[in-house]
Formats: sequence, C-alpha cells, structure tokens
Amino acid sequence: MIDVVALVVFILLFIGVTVLGFYAARWNRADLNNLNEWGLGGRRFGTIIVWFLLGGDLYTAYTFIAVPALMFGAGAVGFFAVPYTIMIYPMAMVVLPRLWAVCHRHNWITPADFVHGRYGSRALELAVALTGILATMPYIALQLVGIQVVLQTMGITGTGFMADVPLIIAFIILAAYTYTSGLRAPAMIAVVKDTLIYITVIVAVIAIPMKLGGFGHVFTAAQTALAAHPKPGSILISPAGFPAYATLAFGSALALFLYPHSVTGVLSSRNGDVIRRNAAFLPAYSLVLGLIALLGYMALAAGITSKTTSLAVPLLFKAMFPSWFVGVAFAAIAIGALVPAAIMSIAAANLFTRNVWVRYLHPRATPAEESNIARLVSLIVKLGALAFIIFIPLAFAINLQLLGGVWILQTLPAIVFGLYTRWFHARALFVGWLVGMIAGTAMAASQGFTSVYPLHIFGAVWPAYAAIYALVLNLAVSAILTPVLDAMKVRRADDAVRPGEFEDRGLDAVPLDAPPMHA
Amino acid sequence: MSRWYWLLIVPFVALLAPVYLKIEPTLGGFPFFYWYQLVWLIISAVLTWIVYRATRESRG
Repeated sequence: MIDVVALVVFILLFIGVTVLGFYAARWNRADLNNLNEWGLGGRRFGTIIVWFLLGGDLYTAYTFIAVPALMFGAGAVGFFAVPYTIMIYPMAMVVLPRLWAVCHRHNWITPADFVHGRYGSRALELAVALTGILATMPYIALQLVGIQVVLQTMGITGTGFMADVPLIIAFIILAAYTYTSGLRAPAMIAVVKDTLIYITVIVAVIAIPMKLGGFGHVFTAAQTALAAHPKPGSILISPAGFPAYATLAFGSALALFLYPHSVTGVLSSRNGDVIRRNAAFLPAYSLVLGLIALLGYMALAAGITSKTTSLAVPLLFKAMFPSWFVGVAFAAIAIGALVPAAIMSIAAANLFTRNVWVRYLHPRATPAEESNIARLVSLIVKLGALAFIIFIPLAFAINLQLLGGVWILQTLPAIVFGLYTRWFHARALFVGWLVGMIAGTAMAASQGFTSVYPLHIFGAVWPAYAAIYALVLNLAVSAILTPVLDAMKVRRADDAVRPGEFEDRGLDAVPLDAPPMHA
Repeated sequence: MSRWYWLLIVPFVALLAPVYLKIEPTLGGFPFFYWYQLVWLIISAVLTWIVYRATRESRG
C-alpha cells in the first residue's frame, strides 16, 4: 500500500532540490564552458561548502544502506566502517594538500593528469584513468539502490518496466542539472541532503532506542537475533576475525581518497587549509555513519525481518516514525544518492575527457570543447549506470563495486608515492599496477567475490583484505623493477613538477583562466 | 617536517591493535567494542585539529 503522506513530503523535498540544482548554475556565476568551472566549481569552495560537498560525496546513500544492512545480516563486522572512516583523515591531512597544490599550479583536473605530468608516461596515465572510471561506474549504479529501496518501502511497486519508471525520472532530473550546473549542483544540494541526514539520524538514535528499551537492550536483543541466523553472527569480533576487520578498515581508508570523485571534491577547495580543516571536521560524518550502522541492530531488536538486508533501515523507519517523518528520512536517503552520483559522473567525465579524449583523439581541444565533451560524457555515464541497475542483476553490481575498491588501491603507488618521490620508474609502476589488478581480482573471485582472502603461508592461514595483499605485491614489483629498468638504461621521461610545487603556502583562490592542456 | 605530525600515528595504533574485542566494561549500554571506537573517532578528530593549528605557523 502507498503511504500517501510520506510520498507527498518525499516528492516536495525532491522538487525543492531539483530547483536548487538548476539554480546552482548561477551561483558565483562563471563561464561553465570551461572544465575548470564545470568540473571543479572554479576551485574556489571554502571550508563549509567543501565540508558539505565531501560529506555528501564520501558518505553515500549506498554506504548508509549497506553498512547497517551488514550489521543487520552479519553483526560486528559491519562496524569496520567506523575505524575505516577514522583512519582516512590523518592521512588526508598530510597527503591531500600536496596533491591540491601541484594540481592547482598546473591546472590539472584529474589524478591521471598529475600522473602524466609527474612521470610523462601515457601508459601510466591511462592505467590510472581507466582504473578510476572502472571503479566509479558500479559505484554510481549502486547509488540507485538507495533510491530503489525507499521507493519500494513507500509502496511504489510496479511490474516490469513500470517498476523502474520513478527511478528513471529521478535520474533524468539528476542528469539534466548536472549537465547545466556541473559541480555547483551537487555542492548546493549537499547542504540540503546533509542537513536532512543529520536531522534523521539524531531523531532516530534518540527516539528508536527509547521505544526499544535503551541501547543496552538493543545490543542484547541484536546478539540473540544474530546468533539465531542460519549463518550465526555476533556483536563482537573474535580474535581470529580481527586481522580481516583491521585490514578491511585500513585498506578502505587508504583507497578512499584515490577514487576520482574524492579527488574532484578535494581539488574544488579554495586552498590547502580548507582541506586540512576538513580533515578535522569531516569525522562528524563518521560519527553519523557509526550511529547509522547501529540502526542495523535496532532493526534486529525491533523484530524487523527481511530477506533483503538493504530493506532493514527503511522498514525500521516505517515501523517507528510517523508518516511525514518517514517522508523526510526517505528523502534524505534518496537525495543522498543524487549528490555522490552527480560528483562521480562528473569525475568519470573529467577523466575520460582529459586523459582519453583530449590525449588520444583531439589534442588541440579548446577549453569550451573540453567542457562540452565532459558534459556529454557525464550524461552517458549516468545512462550507463541506469542501464546497469535495470538490466543486470544487483549482485553483479555489488561484486563490481567490491572489486572497484581492490582496483582503485592499485593506483596508490603512482599517485601517493608520486607526491613525495620520483624514485620509482614509470614502467615499474605500470607493471606493478597490472600485477596488483590481476592478483586482486583473482583473489576476490576465488572467494566468490568477498573482500577477505585467506592467504596460506608458512603453514598458517592469514585472512586479510585482498586489496592489501594486492597492494603489497604491486609495491614489491614496482620496487624490484625500478633498479632493474634503470640498470638497463630504460629512458625516464621528464618531470613537469619543479621543486617546491607541492607546497601550498601562499596559493589562494586565484581565478584561473584555463590555458589549453599541457601537451 | 614538524614533530607534531607524529600525533597522527596514534589513532592507527589504537585501532589496529586487537585491544578492544570485548563487551565489558559497557558505557551507557554500549559494549566496550563500540564505545572504544566511537571515542577514538572523537580523539582522532581533535588530534588532527591540534596538528593543523600547531603546524600553521611553520607554513606561514
């Protein structure tokens, strides 16, 4: 049955952000026929906007659905999201201002731009660009799952093609304002989305445990329910399960800021201190994520049953809240899907435009042509994601997203080490990347697409996050091949980065008149 | 590089050592496993802020 009140509130909020999305084109008006403006918002966002933008970008609707779903289905392992989203920021604080400074100086828009400038290697640039696009596509598709589950819970169900119509409408709207406004649209919408998320979560973690008899009872009831699962879970990680838990958290933290959409958010900052301040302020979202994770236990304690674990939180809200607030909460989740989907499609479009289209097909493109292609590609990317979710089984998208995390981590040596040293040979990094991609994929596939790989070594079993094992292999290959290639006198290309260009001191929102790409 | 940056290592030690795999002592109904990690979330953010403030001078 359709919940009319919830649906009306939901639609009103959705219309509100749509208007905002189109209006965003006028915000700090500039020439959007320039990739620096369309794709990075002119690199002039301050601390507060970047906080909302990165918060909306990194903590996606899929995260908010998948993490409590994992708690609901498997227990404590889902809480790895908390140490994961703690460890990101001390690293971000040190590394990202360097990436920002060098990209600002050279007007680089994507991580692959930096890799090309630093190593002068087209192969490595293409490897980084394609890995980014490949890791992002299934992630965009999964954002749609967030919209789907709330629509389903509100009673919007149909058969066949009709079932997908609301989703298609939502995505056409999203595609249209991303096309017209670029990064300004998700930046503005993120403010609304994050406010709704904070309200929903604060109300939920106060009201729901009160109804269920307090947090103590929630944990006890969750333990009982988890132990009774066909594959028993627990609210505690066992010592044997800890290496997997810890490496999953650490590996995911290493990977997060390698994703193109994260880099896009970072590069849109006005200066390096905007990034540093956000490294201290963004953990507020991690706290929200930790509380949202516990909603999975509250659903168990409330006696919610669902074969589809991703429905746990929507069903819990429906059982606990009055209709109008269900509308608010569901709008928060659905809008929460639009922000990252927009930024991810912009990031993928930037990568394709700069590192494939301009580099290989149209080296003399003007800034206007660059911007036009990126806008067009952002439409294609979103259509692709939509087709993905409508025509391909969901399990496949989830597997690909999981692989995406393994893949994106393999770009760490080229990007992060490249910010500190040119010791590695570009070809060694390329081969290391290739080995890491193949090994990581094989490890995940051998376990039926789960993240944890039980490595057998010295007669013992070491279960850990496959992405970390693949990264170790990647680094070993890169480190061994570098002196070999140098001994063979394999030419090293020129480095476009001069000493001191990683320092952000004195760099501030200088309006950039984008020169044509560095050849 | 400033010595202050060493502070940023602390959260990694706290979270990657298997010292919090237990229920007791509970806090406000939260098992130790949960509140330990949530408390480190806050400590980590504060440490990051301290490092930002302390190193601002040297960056000018």
